[in-house]
Amino acid sequence: MALIGFLIRRILSGIVVVWLVSTAAFFLFFARPVDTVARQLAGRAATPQVISEVIRNLGLNQPIMVQYWHFLEHLVQGNLGFSYFTGESVDTMLKQDLPPTLSLVVGGVVLWLVAGLTVGIISATKARSLFDRFSNVAVLIGLSMPVFVIGELLILAVFVPLNQHGVHWIQTGYSGPSQGLSTWAGHMILPWITLAAVQAAVYTRLSRGQLLDTLGEDYIRTARSKGLSERRVIFRHAVRAALTPVVSQLGVDVGQLLGGVIVVESVFGLGGIGEVSVQAIDTDNLPVIIGFVIIAAVFVVVANIIVDLVYALLDPRVRIA
Amino acid sequence: MSLTGLEAAAAEVATDAAVVEGRSQWQLTWRRLRHDKVAMASLIVIVIIIALAIAAPLFVAITHHPPNTAYPNQGETAAGNPVPPGTAGFWLGTDGTGRDLFIRILYGARISLFVGFVTTAIGTLAGVAVGLIAGYFGGFVDAVLGRFTDAVLAFPYVVLALALAVVLGPSLPVIIGVIAFFSWAAIARIVRGQTLSIKEKEYIEAARSLGAGPFRIMFIDILPNLLAPVLVLATLYIPTAVVFEATLSYLGLGIQPPTASWGDILADAQNFYQVAWWYVVFPAAALLITTLAFNLLGDGIRDAMDPRTERVLAGRRGRGQRRRRRAGRPPVISSSSGVPGADSLAMRAEED
Repeated sequence: MALIGFLIRRILSGIVVVWLVSTAAFFLFFARPVDTVARQLAGRAATPQVISEVIRNLGLNQPIMVQYWHFLEHLVQGNLGFSYFTGESVDTMLKQDLPPTLSLVVGGVVLWLVAGLTVGIISATKARSLFDRFSNVAVLIGLSMPVFVIGELLILAVFVPLNQHGVHWIQTGYSGPSQGLSTWAGHMILPWITLAAVQAAVYTRLSRGQLLDTLGEDYIRTARSKGLSERRVIFRHAVRAALTPVVSQLGVDVGQLLGGVIVVESVFGLGGIGEVSVQAIDTDNLPVIIGFVIIAAVFVVVANIIVDLVYALLDPRVRIA
Repeated sequence: MSLTGLEAAAAEVATDAAVVEGRSQWQLTWRRLRHDKVAMASLIVIVIIIALAIAAPLFVAITHHPPNTAYPNQGETAAGNPVPPGTAGFWLGTDGTGRDLFIRILYGARISLFVGFVTTAIGTLAGVAVGLIAGYFGGFVDAVLGRFTDAVLAFPYVVLALALAVVLGPSLPVIIGVIAFFSWAAIARIVRGQTLSIKEKEYIEAARSLGAGPFRIMFIDILPNLLAPVLVLATLYIPTAVVFEATLSYLGLGIQPPTASWGDILADAQNFYQVAWWYVVFPAAALLITTLAFNLLGDGIRDAMDPRTERVLAGRRGRGQRRRRRAGRPPVISSSSGVPGADSLAMRAEED
């Protein structure tokens, strides 16, 4: 029961956050002259009459509070508005562009956590070994590299030579899993590595430090002196305790992950919602950008609720209620 | 002598001690840092990069290639592709429109370093101010500032940059604003923790009993003890800011062409993967060497200021810190690491 109460409270506060973000986005974007959009739409040689007609058609001549009310009304119905240019619904546009983004996020996060935690745990259990030294250097380089540089270097060092030598499995652009899982993986493997690399470096450092800390605890010595196998000591006793701070860090990093997603989509031309939003800037297509900001807010809120739940499962001292 | 006279004298002695102690601490740190080969190499690399950036116009005079001038004849192959390094006086080759890549990387360094230093300075000042105020006043002020800090730390910066680029148009001031907006939060959090522990020291009580106001205590009595950890944080923030700038410029949300910036050069290079490896490799190397050097130097300074960092992992001190954390108190980087002046100063005051 405590769980349901917790969920209800978190979802309600999440809705408030999303409302605040979308309101801020709305006023930030609409509290500025509307002429630019209208002029772009109406063409270079448009008369003032044509421009004012365009403004009327888009509903931009109404008082700002009326526009805000319409915006909220639509938002509650799950309608994010319509593109200024194609008249297409933003919902449909973003839904079309969601599969590449989802593929990227899911695969990238799995790779990020698996790689980061595995390397971190091995480094900590074999502290000061050759592996540990090597991974420390790799972590430092990973921390110093911008996401897009990793992506470009991967394309230059892997994609280009492979394709020149007739190996065409690895590709740029996006191809859905419906066109064959192998093709899909071939398109996604470099983006996954790119997205995972920087974050994995952070988590390797974090989990190594935490685990080294935990391995010095008295109860680890107790577990060893009971005659438990080293594997059992590390995985049952140490890793579980060491992971809790790592999980709480996850909630903070989800927002940064979104930034990485936008960059990776642009490097590999995946055409996901991040790339489409960046492109929408050039055309001043506000509804698309607001739609993306709202989806980003929802994503961060939901991910944080999940992180809190996992945290409570890992650490019995955390009371959900 | 009256009581207040005695106290004033004692305070004078304490301040003198602070000056002497502070200076010797910096000297100690410098002496340790000088023996750290990696940190010194990084420092030299940073100095060279700064010198190259400053000397960029000099190289223009040598090569006769201004940064924004295209050379469609010598600077491009017959197919209109960039020419490789060493061709026709282009030391590192040319870019997609036949401009000198070496000169553009130098001018890009000016932008990157400028943004890195300016945003770090703004962020450090703001972070120290917020952290001091939150830590010193506590209570409601702390709660409000704490919430705000958390919100900033969790906010996706690219999304905000996206929004501001739409509203204000992408430009250098906007980029500096965005990066500075995200730079203060981490510093504020750590300064707050330090302030919490320092404000309980006896010499703060002494200052208060002498009638010092909150701002005098915060900025004259507490702040000097925070300089060491803040210096480390600032050094480690510079590479982050450089990466921010490059990323935003790469996405077209930052520095606008034809002004050269590493992110923008690398964005253009994407069209020439197949024919011009140098177009990607050299700006990427410039970016990586710069950020790596600052990161290594920051780590070195941190180790030099607190030689215990590595040993803390297994030592008793480390365990003590963990227990305090478990007990539910805020995760203060306790005075045993980070604020070397505070401990000895308190001890000296007692001796006196």
